[in-house]
Amino acid sequence: MSNPGNPGSKSNLTAFNVIAGAIIVMGLVITVLRFTKGLGAVTNLDDNNPWGLWIGFDLLCGVALAAGGYTTSAACYIFGLKRFHSAVRPAILTAFLGYALVVFALQYDLGRPWRLPYPIFVQQGTTSLLFEVGLCVMLYLTVLFIEFTPAMFEWLGMKKIRSVVVKLTLALTIFGVVLSTLHQSSLGALYTIAPSKLHPLWYSTYLPVFFFVSSIAAGLSMVIFEGTLSHKKLHHMMDEEYLKHHDGVVLGFGKAASLVLFGYFAIKMIGLAYGNNWHYLASGYGLWFMVEMLGFVALPCFLYAVGVREKNLGLIKKAAIITVLGIVLNRFNVSLVAFNYHLPSSERYFPTMMEIGISVFVVTLGVVIFRFITTRMPIFHEHPDYKGEH
Amino acid sequence: MLRRTFLGMLGTTCVGASIPGIASASKDFKGHPGSNGVLFDATRCIGCRKCEEACNKVNDLPAPDKKYDDLSVLDTKRRTDAKTLTVVNKYKADKGPLFRKSQCNHCLEPACASACFVKAFKKLPNGAVVYDETVCVGCRYCMVACPFSIPAYEYDEPLTPRVMKCTMCAPRLAEGKLPGCVESCPKEALVYGERDELIKIARNRIERNPDRYVDHLYGEKEMGGTSWLYLSGVPFTEIGMREDLGTKSAPELTAGALASVPMVAGLWPVLLGGIYAISKRKDKVAAEEKKDAVANAIAKASEQAEKTLSEALSKADVANKRQIEVEVKKAVEEALTPKEEESDENSEGES
Ligand code: SF4
Ligand code: SF4
Repeated sequence: MSNPGNPGSKSNLTAFNVIAGAIIVMGLVITVLRFTKGLGAVTNLDDNNPWGLWIGFDLLCGVALAAGGYTTSAACYIFGLKRFHSAVRPAILTAFLGYALVVFALQYDLGRPWRLPYPIFVQQGTTSLLFEVGLCVMLYLTVLFIEFTPAMFEWLGMKKIRSVVVKLTLALTIFGVVLSTLHQSSLGALYTIAPSKLHPLWYSTYLPVFFFVSSIAAGLSMVIFEGTLSHKKLHHMMDEEYLKHHDGVVLGFGKAASLVLFGYFAIKMIGLAYGNNWHYLASGYGLWFMVEMLGFVALPCFLYAVGVREKNLGLIKKAAIITVLGIVLNRFNVSLVAFNYHLPSSERYFPTMMEIGISVFVVTLGVVIFRFITTRMPIFHEHPDYKGEH
Repeated sequence: MLRRTFLGMLGTTCVGASIPGIASASKDFKGHPGSNGVLFDATRCIGCRKCEEACNKVNDLPAPDKKYDDLSVLDTKRRTDAKTLTVVNKYKADKGPLFRKSQCNHCLEPACASACFVKAFKKLPNGAVVYDETVCVGCRYCMVACPFSIPAYEYDEPLTPRVMKCTMCAPRLAEGKLPGCVESCPKEALVYGERDELIKIARNRIERNPDRYVDHLYGEKEMGGTSWLYLSGVPFTEIGMREDLGTKSAPELTAGALASVPMVAGLWPVLLGGIYAISKRKDKVAAEEKKDAVANAIAKASEQAEKTLSEALSKADVANKRQIEVEVKKAVEEALTPKEEESDENSEGES
């Protein structure tokens, strides 16, 4: 879609911009509907199904897939794996955008969104796991923002404040890991209050642990997956330093992801055994459970392992995609598929086109902002003034 | 909010002073002593919908689609919704149709209250669980949490949606009146009173008429106990009530997850700090070893340089002196280059 009449400067009418533009316009239309006609007009939510796609995808998947931020910075700064350094900035940026969009998307689902600060500033429901989620997400969003600012300050040429922030790196990283541990797991814990509504194959008192461990696998896989995508589209923005380390990052993260998935599979089985729920495996839900466990946990675990041993980057990247899909599948299963399993099918929930539209809109916004920032700020490359001084 | 409150709250969630909060979720809480409730006897209910009508009236709810004396409504299964805080459903049984009223059960330890992150729900000392719309954020977690699927939501309200559920007529109770439904029931299928008394009455009925009742007082133990109690002549599943809810209260279900918060907040930084220290120490040891190696190399190199120098000196005459100096310089430079390179790498490793 180049513009021959205007050599030298690229036209703005690229396929990407046209599609993204159309999606954003659609999103704005649904936004108006949602805030003038109410939730009932745009969603299939009802009294039995108070949470739908916006919680299942925008919140649960969004948070899990943004886990790359804490996993990468922990690997680099706490575990001292400096060779992952080049992956930190992209991961932090993605995480920050991810969380910001989670909070943004939540505005659609909340009945009175402007009261979102209430649980923190007006009346604290400390017995609620949702309170924990809210508080941790708020704090973590702040931490991520601070962790991201050095790139911005470099871009803006503000050296002094940048060096102050850089000194805080370790403290911020530890704080970030603590907060992530807490809210990743409490998203799972949200469902522990409803044992009568969630199918026994997915309900477990270990749900918080499951969510936490799988978020690590999700984070690692997202870093690989995203690196691959960005590699294709934003290659020109990457410096030698980033490119040199890219393969090493993929191998290292692949190895870690393989281990984590193995552990995850093991604890899921322990959970199954602990609840003595084996007999459910013979049902329809059991089949679906097996699809999730074998196809989206055991398989990528195996592919990762083989890929790492044979240094086959292509295979590792495939494993990353399967893992990412697997996380989405798992969060969908917990929040939508296995939730309310006891209701007759006529009372079950399926999202409307408009609900899907808003989710697509939010993801598109994320990609657009990500491109905007990475093509301007030193994310995939080091700023020339600060070379080699991390 | 006061700064102190905020910090205190941070402390509560993130540092670990939340133990008292968890303790209040202990197993032993059995509701407020002397609190009230309602006993519903399914063997007496005739499905006349008078309770529904009264509820509609005393709560100022919008008019129903069909009149309350139209009993054909009973042929389809209904649930509570934003305009209907109580419904009566019909169930087929061998002995003929059976009816069961449903509404909020006013749990002793309500799931809705423990789930709400702004404390919009409160269990009053008189037994009623009430909702405060002035703080509700509209997250609908209370609806997810309620094991009886009672709270409903005003989905068509764009800006001020409320969670809707029976209040046990708390405003009427405050005036000393009976709940609307209880007052209007023509068959005394509903009895309002102190919960402990109701349990006695129910046990008594079962004892005197063992053929008429199944030996189970629903709500006495379910989900930690509810203020609303049920008697039935058939197993409760047959009148649409779940018997697999267990006796654990909602706070008990989430206590484990909540209790791990201070553990994570307390232990993680220590562990991570430890790991950091180890990885740092590894770096340091490596750096020291490197330094030693460099020092050795330098020592060796300068030794050699000296040797070269003395050898050269002994051989040289004055005319060659300048050339020797050049040689020496070169040798020293050579000896020092690796050191510079390595120390470069060294500083790159720090961050
Ligand atoms: S029945 Fe549901 S809405 Fe009523 S008090 Fe219990 S948990 Fe809350
Ligand atoms: S919808 Fe309102 S009452 Fe229900 S949990 Fe959320 S804030 Fe609390």
